[in-house]
Amino acid sequence: MSAFLRLEGLVKRFDAVLAVNEVSLSLERGEMLALLGPSGSGKTTTLRLLAGFESPDAGRVIVDGEDVTRVEPVARRFGMVFQHYALFPHLDVGENVAFGLESAGVRGDELHTRVARALGLVDLAGYERRRVGQLSGGQQQRVALARALAPEPRVLLLDEPLSNLDPTLRERTRREIRELIRRVGITTVLVTHEQDEAFDLGDRVAVLRSGRLEQVGTPEELYSAPANRFVGGFVGRSSTLDVIVVHAGPDATRVNIEGVEWTVETAPGVPPPAAGAAVMLVRPESLRVTAPGAGALTATVTARRFVGPSALLTLRTERGTLVEAAAPPAAARVGEVVGVLLSRRNGAGVHLFQGEQA
Amino acid sequence: MTTRLRRSWPAVGLLLVLVWLIVYPIALVLLEGLRGPDGWGLHYVRIFLERPTEWSALWGSLWISLASVALSAAIGLPLAFLFARYDFPGVRVLGTVVALPAVLPPLVGVLAFLFLYGETGFVSLLLQKVFGLQEAPWRLQGAGAVLLVHAYSMYVYFYLFTRAALASLDASLLEAAASLGARKWRAVRRVVLPQLYPAIGGAALLTFMTSLGSFSAPYIFGGGFRVMTTQIVATRLNGDNELAMVETISLTLLALLALAVLRGTHAPDTPAGGRKGVAPARVVIRSRKARLGLAGLAWGLAALLLLPHLTLLLVSFVPAGTWTVEPVPPVYTLGNYVTLLHDPVRARPLVNSLWLATAATAVAVAVSIAAGVLSVRRRVRGGRVIEALLALPWAVPGTVFAIAIATAFSVNAPWAGRVILVGTIWILPLAYLVRNLPITSRAVLAGFRGLDPSLDEAAASLGAGRARALRRVTLPLLRPALLAGASLAFVTAFGDFVTSIMLYTYDTRPVSLEILSSLRQADVGVAAAYGVVLMLVSAAVFAVGADSGSAG
Repeated sequence: MSAFLRLEGLVKRFDAVLAVNEVSLSLERGEMLALLGPSGSGKTTTLRLLAGFESPDAGRVIVDGEDVTRVEPVARRFGMVFQHYALFPHLDVGENVAFGLESAGVRGDELHTRVARALGLVDLAGYERRRVGQLSGGQQQRVALARALAPEPRVLLLDEPLSNLDPTLRERTRREIRELIRRVGITTVLVTHEQDEAFDLGDRVAVLRSGRLEQVGTPEELYSAPANRFVGGFVGRSSTLDVIVVHAGPDATRVNIEGVEWTVETAPGVPPPAAGAAVMLVRPESLRVTAPGAGALTATVTARRFVGPSALLTLRTERGTLVEAAAPPAAARVGEVVGVLLSRRNGAGVHLFQGEQA
Repeated sequence: MTTRLRRSWPAVGLLLVLVWLIVYPIALVLLEGLRGPDGWGLHYVRIFLERPTEWSALWGSLWISLASVALSAAIGLPLAFLFARYDFPGVRVLGTVVALPAVLPPLVGVLAFLFLYGETGFVSLLLQKVFGLQEAPWRLQGAGAVLLVHAYSMYVYFYLFTRAALASLDASLLEAAASLGARKWRAVRRVVLPQLYPAIGGAALLTFMTSLGSFSAPYIFGGGFRVMTTQIVATRLNGDNELAMVETISLTLLALLALAVLRGTHAPDTPAGGRKGVAPARVVIRSRKARLGLAGLAWGLAALLLLPHLTLLLVSFVPAGTWTVEPVPPVYTLGNYVTLLHDPVRARPLVNSLWLATAATAVAVAVSIAAGVLSVRRRVRGGRVIEALLALPWAVPGTVFAIAIATAFSVNAPWAGRVILVGTIWILPLAYLVRNLPITSRAVLAGFRGLDPSLDEAAASLGAGRARALRRVTLPLLRPALLAGASLAFVTAFGDFVTSIMLYTYDTRPVSLEILSSLRQADVGVAAAYGVVLMLVSAAVFAVGADSGSAG
């Protein structure tokens, strides 16, 4: 099946800064892709290249077989929801939603019907004559969505759609956006720096760093098989430890960490690492805390935080490395000296990367 | 995001027009001044340097401007604190009244002072009668008179700027200072004053430049006291054209020097809507005596400040030839206004000023919008230069521009970009346009900067082309800025005297010139009636501008 939206080797340079560096992605029709990355990773620039607000120094944007790289935003038929919504403050809700339809030449009764339909879609039926300034943040965001969707664009672009909302509103709005977009079935690209949002909204997630695409995949893939230490560290909680690979076998690898040897399961499909220095990335749930003893890493509990049914312990090893481990709430108190071990089934939560420093 | 500069042909076109209208005429003045009786040389520069009268005129311009700044600050700053920080009966109404000298165009203010404090003015006659004096208690002439008029009309800058800055002060900053243990005076000195510096600096700069370019007051009241603006006009009337050019250059240099020195105190504009927090509450005066005292003082002050306006109104009802020796005019009719409307010769200047100011303002607004689109929106190459050129006429006194434009457009040499406009009806609108550009562009460019650029992008992503986005999104949102800039520019052009006196033709004679000639024919009633019209139009236009500003 050929892709509906393709980004081919996009490059964008601002003076000396390479903001987007050879980014290629493709989306199926109706797919929702999240661009995830820290600030300065190039995710917003990538979105603006898609919208046509910036033109790339190299590469192409292809939608439905048509090369739109040099097509002006006006003619691109991509809907966009801006981070601060960019609702026109001098127009009311109905006029805002009608704006794109009027550009397309829709007039009269059809205009009214389609504005009403778009507002109904976001649960704001009957809000046509409200002033934009009278709406709550969540309502403004829904108007922005309705305005972007009303002209039936080919692709929907969302720039940090939840960053402007109250934390208490975010989860509900996230759910609403997800349902709405599934229902409309529109191909969507969204930008976010929140992993939760990316994982919840995106069918697939593209992780960007310094303008480069580090990895693209489903949330499960990113979590259980991060391509590198950055992706592993950016996606979910984890700690990194400097280790030495002592022996690498097809099923298990033995590593030496601060003088203690641990056995790491080799994940299926991952080639075993070479002997030598490596960085180990470990999820809190893949560690367990016991009494200090042979085979265990000795560490002091420096902080304890309750996360639902378990506690998240911050531990300091004898060499000063900080490690996070999940444990039952009563497992240890702050200040206590404990032993740290790998969980028995640890394949999904432990990753070894070579050629990178901790 | 870093700035990207784009090449753009419209920008090149605009740049060329601005260079042709603003830089080129001044450059021509410079060249003319460097021409001696026999070819290039410093002949006239030498004459200028050798004459003590030239030096004293230059010195007069400088010191009167510095003194105007000092005196205006001394009046305006306490008033700003009084009306922004204290609460007493009538504080809101009086707060507006205090700004009313701004609705008097320079020449009209001078006229009112003449009727009030001149040799046969109301106040002078009153004092003469009360104290049984043989002659008027003073003569409204010389540097003192000029300074008085300047202070009256220019303290408003200090008052308005500082009051606005005080109103936008964040109360939590004062609370923070208090919570850090700062006593009241220390909080004012360390927290409040530093935040007012940009406003005070801006007012000082504006007062200095206005006063340096001031012409009406020294022209009417100067007497033996010469400043450079009046000196230039006198020299030109004597036919010493080249010397007038050198004088023009000296005044320009003085203005640019002052701008360079004072620029440091003039911080950039605060972004529109950048105001955060809540303004500190007004201090409520509890003591009954203090409240009454303060209110009495404020009302007295307001009466004093409104005297010129009232005088003008009163005199405008006095028919010609009915008021000779009486201290107060004996007869009042609407005759002068009827004359203004029905006598075609008398009505003409009103029509002239109206269309001249409207045309100049409309073109200035259009140019400012083009500059905003190119420089702020599309960030074209050369945008900064366009903005600097638009601001330049503000730094150059009106007399200088009048001379420069008269020089540039008095020769027919199309290959050199010069055509004869002097003596045609086009010279005045052109001069007004150049003088209006800094006023409108300042407001309009600030408006563009205050717009969220993603609104434009939103319009584009919704399929609106440039024209539709401009018409449906940008211009409606810029309305307050456009109205503010246009109203200020219109008022300036409508009451203009300084450029008009050098460039007007009989067919385009503006109101200010008609006031002057009425005054010379001792037709004070008609002169006052013209003044009242100018005053009312200014007030109405300001009200529109201010209203849209607060609504936006």
